[in-house]
Amino acid sequence: MSTTQDPPRDPMARPARLMKRYEPILAILLAAAMITAAILAPWLRFVLTIALAKGIAVLGILLLLRAGQVSFGHAIYIAFGAYVVAFLAPTVNDAALLLALAAVGAGLLGLVIGAFVTRYRQIFFGMLNLAMSMVFYSLLEKLYAITKGSDGIRVEIMPIAGQALDRVAYEWVIFGIALGIALVVAILLRLYLSSPMGEALAGIKTRETRLEFMGVPARGVLLSAYVMSAVVGGIGGALIALTSRHVTPQLAYWTSSGELVFIAILGGAGGVLGPFLGAATYELVRIYAAASFADAWQMILGAVLLLVILFAPGGLWGMAARAIGGRGR
Amino acid sequence: MTTALTRREALTAGFGTVLLPATLSAQPAQKPAEFKIGVTTFLSGPASVFGVPSRKACEMLVEHINAAGGIAGVPVRPIFVDEGPGTDHLVGEFRRLVQSEGVQVMMSAISSGSCLACTPLATELKKVTILWDCGTQRIFEEAHYDYAFRTQGYGTSEILAPLLYLLKTKPNIRTVAVINQDYAWGRDSWELWKAGMDALKPGVRVVAEMFPRFGSTDFSTEITRLLALRPDVVLSTSWGGELVTLIRQSTERRLHERTTFVLPVAEASMQILGRTMPEGHVIGTRGDHWNNHPAPKDPALFNKFVGDYRQKFNEYPIYPCHHIAQALWALKAATEKAVAAKNGAWPSDAELAGAFRGLTFPTPTSTITLREDGQGLEDQIVGLSSFNDRFPFAVPKEMMLYPGAQVSAPVGQKSTDWLKSLKPDFVTTAGRSI
Repeated sequence: MSTTQDPPRDPMARPARLMKRYEPILAILLAAAMITAAILAPWLRFVLTIALAKGIAVLGILLLLRAGQVSFGHAIYIAFGAYVVAFLAPTVNDAALLLALAAVGAGLLGLVIGAFVTRYRQIFFGMLNLAMSMVFYSLLEKLYAITKGSDGIRVEIMPIAGQALDRVAYEWVIFGIALGIALVVAILLRLYLSSPMGEALAGIKTRETRLEFMGVPARGVLLSAYVMSAVVGGIGGALIALTSRHVTPQLAYWTSSGELVFIAILGGAGGVLGPFLGAATYELVRIYAAASFADAWQMILGAVLLLVILFAPGGLWGMAARAIGGRGR
Repeated sequence: MTTALTRREALTAGFGTVLLPATLSAQPAQKPAEFKIGVTTFLSGPASVFGVPSRKACEMLVEHINAAGGIAGVPVRPIFVDEGPGTDHLVGEFRRLVQSEGVQVMMSAISSGSCLACTPLATELKKVTILWDCGTQRIFEEAHYDYAFRTQGYGTSEILAPLLYLLKTKPNIRTVAVINQDYAWGRDSWELWKAGMDALKPGVRVVAEMFPRFGSTDFSTEITRLLALRPDVVLSTSWGGELVTLIRQSTERRLHERTTFVLPVAEASMQILGRTMPEGHVIGTRGDHWNNHPAPKDPALFNKFVGDYRQKFNEYPIYPCHHIAQALWALKAATEKAVAAKNGAWPSDAELAGAFRGLTFPTPTSTITLREDGQGLEDQIVGLSSFNDRFPFAVPKEMMLYPGAQVSAPVGQKSTDWLKSLKPDFVTTAGRSI
């Protein structure tokens, strides 16, 4: 079927290639804008740290989107990372160490869950992930004696890499760490996506059988991407816990997973900057909508997503691509 | 809305404008042009049954206060924030209100989770925070806060009062079942009840502990089990739509005829239930502000508040309306106290917080004292559901009033430990009928 349907040429190919070149510059500009905003407005520092954390987590969604798979349950890794921080903070008491532990823990959880969800594709993949995250959510609520249920667990300010800090310094350092991790993870994933393993993800989307004919194990490719997405989810979750410093089961609820997919669509799946554009926009739109219309902010958020879907199917990233190189299209 | 313009200006100006208010807190306190208060409440989600009426009550009361010259001569402007989206969003909004909008006092929150997340911020940002509706006992029992005060009762007194009432009016109960929502309040309230019951009447058997999913719409399984078990008492601290559904489904199957319900949070659902609420069951209101309070301290003020609310919104106020009103009255009393202490000068955040500690402020029904740990002592009135020709919904009769100090754990003691130390004769000595 696909032979007759093959588009002659992807109209976005040229802008996409151009974007690749501009990506590092755009990344630096975005980072600079975030730092400026964080200096100017202390409360935005908090919002932007959360945005960065979510952006990091959404990078995982982006990996899976490359393979044509949508996970409706990726909040499980965010929540897992956050609860690793909440549970181990009293004993470990070092943010840097906790971040590493959350990443490893989420990776292991991703390996276990990924081992069977990667047998499935499309809606089954999405729904199984959703089921997993809701099981985790229910556990967090049910094991009340351990997790303190919906009231959640408080995370105190802790030393970072052995350095005890006061509140403002702590918030700055976490912001810096989030920005640093975002850059590093984005670069690594960019390399990964242009590697054979990463290109094979696109193969899963178009024609999985062909991959197998080429001798590439599709499940292995998807599983490795899945584990990576779990790791970045865990990092994102740990950063959220270190920033909001109060962890509740809400993080694992399906609406949180939906939020990640929302951000991925808003930002666009074309490049690794997309999730960060999406996350920053999402958080800022939500904050400003909530500030101006306390009881209608959901509608505004929904309207923004609808507009993006209708007029910019490639998300904000696609819009940027068209603005930069799309004239000749 | 007269406030929309300034807000929109601030928003369109974008990031630049937030610089200015951020530095305000460092300056010596000057008498502000308006008294901004940040109010977190549920505007979306199931708990908006509490959030929306409380916002309406807050707006109404602020109008009255401003018409009478404001608080210490300064008009009040409340800024509302939705608790619905969860903790991340709320703590972000808390910071925005304090650091960008420059609110001088925060009023937070309905959900205990929100309170637990926001209260430490009060200390960090050094902003007076009034906990206006959340009930968790964990707040002041697990930590000490210099800037946080709860201007109403809390879980311990709100559970202990109905328990005492039940044991006094039905001393011969032998079996109890619980059906609570499966989240923190449902679990906490049961723990408090169990600790108190085991101390006050040892030997009562718990025949079922049921925690249906939060947001359940069908309780048929639980009701079948309760019909089979025939407990003397069914406790439920559920609220909102779930309580309404539970009562409706139970009465359809006549569960209420063979068992006594104890519903400590019933008041907010009585108007919706109307005549479907069965008579003769123990109902509470998380305080003493029943619409048929037989002897409020200031009847004129009480009737004015209820009457104005009814006239404006065509419904009776429910307990969160009274709780937000208590927060505003406390704010008024504390601010005026602090201003008077400085001979008319405007107090700093620390001075305002100092005025709250130990404050006794009047409410239409009684007075509330904020203890040294920040916890308010609010009287509790419990009664049996009944109907009269004044109200189209159930109100209590044979009411008992339990003074706040009597049914709250002493400062520095954990609620469950204190409840376990109670003696059975406390049932006969506690409270008085009104």
